[in-house]
Amino acid sequence: MSTQTVDLVDYDEAVARFDPVIGIEVHVELGTATKMFDGAPQTFGAEPNTAVTPVSLGLPGALPAVNGTAVEYAIRIGLALNCTIAESCRFARKNYFYPDVPKNFQTSQYDEPIAHDGYLDVELEDGSVFRVEIERAHMEEDAGKNTHVGGSTGRIHGAEYSLVDYNRAGIPLVEIVTRPITGAGERAPEVARAYVQTLRDIFRALEVSEARMERGNVRADVNVSLRPTPTSPLGTRTETKNVNSFRSVERAVRYEISRQAAILDAAGAIVQETRHWHEDTGVTTAGRVKSDAEDYRYFPEPDLVPVAPSREWVEEIRAALPELPAARRRRLQGEWGYADAEMRDVVNAGAVELIEATVAAGASPAAARKWWMGELARTAKTQEVELGELPITPAQIGQLQQLVDAGRINDKLARQVLEGVLAGEGDPEAVVVARGLEVVSDDGPLLEAIDAALAAQPDIAEKIRSGNLGPVGAIIGAVMKATRGQADAGRVRELVLERVQA
Amino acid sequence: MSSLSRDEVARVAGLARIDLTPEELDRLAGELDVIVESVARVSEVATPDVPATSHPLPMTNVFRPDVPEQPLTQEQALSGAPASEDGKFLVPQILGEE
Amino acid sequence: MSAQSDLTRYSAAELADKLAAREVTSVEVTQAHLDRIAAVEPAVHAYLHVSAAEALATAADVDARRAAGEELHPLAGVPIAVKDVVVTQGLPTTAGSKILEGWVPPYDATLVERIKAAGLPILGKTNMDEFAMGSSTEHSAYGNTHNPWDLDRIPGGSGGGSAAAVAAYEAPLAIGTDTGGSIRQPGAVTGTVGVKPTYGSVSRYGLIALASSLDQAGPVTRTVLDSALLHELIGGHDPRDSTSIPEPLPGLVAAARQGATGDLTGVRVGVVRELQGEGYQPGVLARFEESLELLRGAGAEIVEVSCPHFEYALGAYYLILPSEASSNLAKFDGMRFGLRVEPTEGPVTAERVMSATRGAGFGDEVKRRIILGTYALSAGYYDAYYGSAQKVRTLIQRDFANAFEQADVLVSPTAPTTAFKLGEKLDDPLAMYLNDVATIPANLAGVPGMSLPNGLSDDGLPVGFQVLAPAKADDRLYRVGAALEALLEKNWGGPLLAKAPELEVGE
Repeated sequence: MSTQTVDLVDYDEAVARFDPVIGIEVHVELGTATKMFDGAPQTFGAEPNTAVTPVSLGLPGALPAVNGTAVEYAIRIGLALNCTIAESCRFARKNYFYPDVPKNFQTSQYDEPIAHDGYLDVELEDGSVFRVEIERAHMEEDAGKNTHVGGSTGRIHGAEYSLVDYNRAGIPLVEIVTRPITGAGERAPEVARAYVQTLRDIFRALEVSEARMERGNVRADVNVSLRPTPTSPLGTRTETKNVNSFRSVERAVRYEISRQAAILDAAGAIVQETRHWHEDTGVTTAGRVKSDAEDYRYFPEPDLVPVAPSREWVEEIRAALPELPAARRRRLQGEWGYADAEMRDVVNAGAVELIEATVAAGASPAAARKWWMGELARTAKTQEVELGELPITPAQIGQLQQLVDAGRINDKLARQVLEGVLAGEGDPEAVVVARGLEVVSDDGPLLEAIDAALAAQPDIAEKIRSGNLGPVGAIIGAVMKATRGQADAGRVRELVLERVQA
Repeated sequence: MSSLSRDEVARVAGLARIDLTPEELDRLAGELDVIVESVARVSEVATPDVPATSHPLPMTNVFRPDVPEQPLTQEQALSGAPASEDGKFLVPQILGEE
Repeated sequence: MSAQSDLTRYSAAELADKLAAREVTSVEVTQAHLDRIAAVEPAVHAYLHVSAAEALATAADVDARRAAGEELHPLAGVPIAVKDVVVTQGLPTTAGSKILEGWVPPYDATLVERIKAAGLPILGKTNMDEFAMGSSTEHSAYGNTHNPWDLDRIPGGSGGGSAAAVAAYEAPLAIGTDTGGSIRQPGAVTGTVGVKPTYGSVSRYGLIALASSLDQAGPVTRTVLDSALLHELIGGHDPRDSTSIPEPLPGLVAAARQGATGDLTGVRVGVVRELQGEGYQPGVLARFEESLELLRGAGAEIVEVSCPHFEYALGAYYLILPSEASSNLAKFDGMRFGLRVEPTEGPVTAERVMSATRGAGFGDEVKRRIILGTYALSAGYYDAYYGSAQKVRTLIQRDFANAFEQADVLVSPTAPTTAFKLGEKLDDPLAMYLNDVATIPANLAGVPGMSLPNGLSDDGLPVGFQVLAPAKADDRLYRVGAALEALLEKNWGGPLLAKAPELEVGE
């Protein structure tokens, strides 16, 4: 692979001089039990070529049969994206020769998608909402997987041969295509990322896919073009294929904007082409130009009959749709009484589910937020992990807060308990016992400590006796110090006041 | 309607991934031109008011339940393969990506 | 003729009766056919593969089950031949193409599952035009099949092997497939019976697809009743074929038995004006007129109907078929099964191996049609070609709908001529295509059709009579066909095949 250097324009300069327009195609693998057109089981990580039937292997004579559940999932997705569900639609064959496509055509939908003309409101990090118009969502099947063997780089071009596993071939996909996304300006990369992330959350909420990016359940192709001003006609676009993490989506768009700006600045022309994203180096490179590109000879799939979802069925599916993430967030914010900024931070930290579960475990919303967005957020940041990856459960936080509420530990002790839980010492209760962290509730030792403190600071004792309660804190502080923090500060205050007035 | 030139036949044969010898190309170009001219008569009656029929019998919504069936064994799957390795189909090097 | 080879002269229904009455065993019947195959195959070449061991094993199993008193399918033990376009687990399946030489499928077609479940020994796989493209079986990659009536002539196509096998008593029953006449036209030129069922009547799962919206499998037999028996066995709903008709078949055997009484009182028979006249051999037309007289005599009302768009059927067919075939045959690329050929020079890439494999593995007619279909679907041509052809299809369906308002069945000669000589039309694809002019409309509309022998032309070769019925009314074919068969055989004093020359029998 050549390592030619590419001129890039500084991003801020690029978006100052050009108006970026993006388009995103997202493929999601549906989590059905079987494939789109045959009963081969969907099994991730199975031995190669053991999850295939004559249909998914494209053997002579085999015929497709539509998975009804996959159609229902596609309708769910269409409805969640505010699309019109087609009264009638058809499958079509997209003809092209490639070894991972067993029939040498992909059964897809062409001019009659199952869902069309929708939109998705995407919340950005600053809380503003950006509307992305959806052109269509259609059903199709996935391809097999090639492994390239030999050659110097291990990439396709140097490979001596390839090995093909068709287990993935035929897994149901829904492809969601946006209309050109305009008006995002310098936020185009963020919009792209937020759009894909919002879709992922919706797929999970709809329970149509596990939507695991790292497994390739959700894959994005991003189109980018530049134009001089927002009123200029659309420029020539490139399509960057298989960008498979949220961060990469953002980076790939950013990179293409900088790259295209450099070409346009040098009075060059953008080539309409497919590009590949390189996660490691953070660049895109041109794909091979195909001689018969785009002549897919689409025609209606004669082995399948039209799909005509009845309006009753569509309404049934609509009525059964689960609450979508955006609506759910609005509801929870109301229930929890968080301010907009607080809720946004919770969402951006990926803490919504954690807090919800913590509240369910008995903590107040305010306490749950305090723990997850405070101590735990700092720990996660230090350890460079996601909040949800910390070795602590919402139930444990709930238990911790209950200990605080019961007065058995105070805030300061609670932080030590937390430390113990994170260190794998067990549940909060166990940590309290093991580390001997319980608040001293027996008045005897406290009174001793109070008397000692009053005796040590007679001037303060005198002020308190004379009715000036200001310096009480100094005595309490001394008592806390003496009991290594294991005293209940409220109780100490009560006892101090009793003592001086006695 | 355009006639089918030798170049056009060569282009289409490429699209269909069929190697043709120059002699085959000559012969096919001549034959196909005659056939295309003959079949092109369909456009005489295919007026805009006539709907297209893609299926002989009108049916809709034929769905399969989402219930797994016994797949082929790996041995069965690979039984016809010209070459295989590690349970996978071995194919020559692939240029370019879809 | 030995006692055993006599068994090959019975119809399937007769053999079924003898087996049920335990007059003969399935092993005897199967062995008799294997002997006959061994004797006449050098001359006829109807089979690409003979599965003697498997057939005898099935026969022995059926005999044992019958002896044990098990209830069996009426056709259990009656042997059958299967066209090589039908996928058979454990038996080589080539569709007459070099590109599939040696391929042994890991699964059975639905109709084969049903045949096996019913206990019919499969004698072997029959010859055909490569991927069922042709009307003479001369496009087989494995040599010509010869017409048992005259070994210098074609047996029709694409299912020439199945028709010749049945005509030469190498099998009492055979499976054919009919995309534009591949069951009916071979039936006509070999003096046998062939039925193309309503589209969706017999599952297409496991038929190596030629044109998905036109293909139908059906029976190839010597009698109308045998076709009905076989059609009932292989037909009916199959969830693996999304175009399969969900409702049960009409009573076909019952219709055949009713028809055999020879009474057609009240049946309206429509003669299609556009399927006769120019291009039809005088002897073919003469036999057709005589058959109409017999039907009239049986009480049928003969009316003339017009199907004005049939003249566009051939054009629509030769656009739809190649288009669908170009896509269906894309999977034959040397990657997963079958032949793999490397290019003689230059880099060995997947793309170049695919092209080399397809260049070497496909015959002329297949290349011709794939290129034609690829062209018809390619950018800029779709509307003019494929799109227009689909509209003609609508017009032909309307013609049928109008005609069936005036008649219960439609009739015509099956093919314009009797069997032509091997090689005669090989260099003129368009002339070859014209053989199917009378059979193609039924495929475009999805309606059922039958061909049955109705005499000999002036050249002494058999002629076929075609009956067409509305979709899902396949029973009408059997009623009218069985009636005409009974009336003709009464006149002839026996089946037409009795007039065929005896084949030279080898060792």
